[in-house]
Amino acid sequence: MRANTTRHVLLVGLSLAVSLLAVKPEAVFAQDPVADTAPQQKWNYEVLKKAPEKARLKPNPLANDPDAVRAGGKLYERHCAECHGMKAEGNKHAPSLLRVEVRQATPGTLFWVLTNGVVWHGMPVWSKLPEPERWQLVSFIKSVSNSPIQ
Amino acid sequence: MAGLRPLSAAILQVFSNSRSAIVSRNILLKFFRFQGKRPIRAFQFAWMAAAAILFCSLLSRPCSAQESPYIVTYDHYLEEPGNLEVEYFSTFGTQRAGNDFHSFWMEFEYGATSWWTTEMYLDGQSTFGESTIFTGVRWENRFRLLPREHFINPVFYVEYEHKSEADKILKEVEGVDVESDFLTPNAEARHGSINEIEMKLILSSTFKGWNISENTLAAKNLSNNPWEFGYALGVSRPLAVKASPDRCNFCRENFTAGVEMYGGLGDRYNFGLRNTSQYIAPVAAWNLPSGWTLRLSPGFGLNDNSHRFLLRWGLSREFPGFANMLGHLFGGRQ
Repeated sequence: MRANTTRHVLLVGLSLAVSLLAVKPEAVFAQDPVADTAPQQKWNYEVLKKAPEKARLKPNPLANDPDAVRAGGKLYERHCAECHGMKAEGNKHAPSLLRVEVRQATPGTLFWVLTNGVVWHGMPVWSKLPEPERWQLVSFIKSVSNSPIQ
Repeated sequence: MAGLRPLSAAILQVFSNSRSAIVSRNILLKFFRFQGKRPIRAFQFAWMAAAAILFCSLLSRPCSAQESPYIVTYDHYLEEPGNLEVEYFSTFGTQRAGNDFHSFWMEFEYGATSWWTTEMYLDGQSTFGESTIFTGVRWENRFRLLPREHFINPVFYVEYEHKSEADKILKEVEGVDVESDFLTPNAEARHGSINEIEMKLILSSTFKGWNISENTLAAKNLSNNPWEFGYALGVSRPLAVKASPDRCNFCRENFTAGVEMYGGLGDRYNFGLRNTSQYIAPVAAWNLPSGWTLRLSPGFGLNDNSHRFLLRWGLSREFPGFANMLGHLFGGRQ
């Protein structure tokens, strides 16, 4: 009897979880364009100034790697686009990477921010990506922030 | 006999002793042949869990999945804020003088903030020739203590467990947990309940692609039992530290391999390795770009108090923007 009850509890719990995740996925995951693009002003880029000088001056060892931007793009899509947007335009969760502050930041500064995150303000540390992958990401971010379209 | 054998001798024994190979083969045979009727319930749970994760995955966008390969050890990386990771894990274990078992758990891991991850577990087990039962729930929280990366990064872990004495998931080994504890039949063990608080200090470093993690554990059964201690150590590294420019499932960068070792450290009155069980387990993870992660870990007992062989595997899927999703569901303005 008790085995049945516990099995039912399990089934109900699992069904509830599935239902929560299943309801109207388009609506659930739809982005509100107004909400997503409007509050860019709330982000400040002070963290870029906090990078120590040694980190700031670090050159990108993959700067001349022709594949680094493409590989970085792949990594960006996988790990960063969720918050920063597919085109790095930013949204309510994370700042735009197309801004002048990012464009002017040295590769070493971006690498330092990626490594350390901005933990109290929502950005996790990304040191779980090996160093070369973080440099590939930096190559990609620099390429989009320097893009003439912007 | 109960003492810890030298590590090298134990590893040699594990890989060269034909008995270990026979035990491993037998448990795999049991797994694949569906012997008896009872284990099928465990499979129902496993398939149900896998189907639930698969179903949900069809409805969500791909997202990051760069999970560590560890099954017992924790590193200092928390769930990304707002993401939900649904995980299913299985452990097939051998049991001397008793029936082998299959234990399993579902894990719902949510990144509340970038410094706090909270998780809910549902545990169960199936003992071959006995029964399949639900064994409890656990609520776990991990807090990152320092805002930036350091050479050693501490994370504080606290968990409340409400489980029955039939619990066999071996998510951690503590105190003087030994193989013979699992000999009590399910029909009897399931009636005893355990309420436990568990704390861990997770120390983890990442250097040149290598992750080294050390966990020390202190657990207190709330029914006036002494504090018990345990540990877990893990080392892992991705097979490639540089991403390839093309999308791929089988690139070396998607695979991480390593090894973990864990065991009990006695209790407040008898601290140390005496009468404890100890395990070593190679671990491997395959992180798919679609957000799925598959983990596999064959574990080997290092002394006579340990289960001789544990085969663990896990399947997980990360769902990005879960917080937004809930907000939409309940009509909150985003």
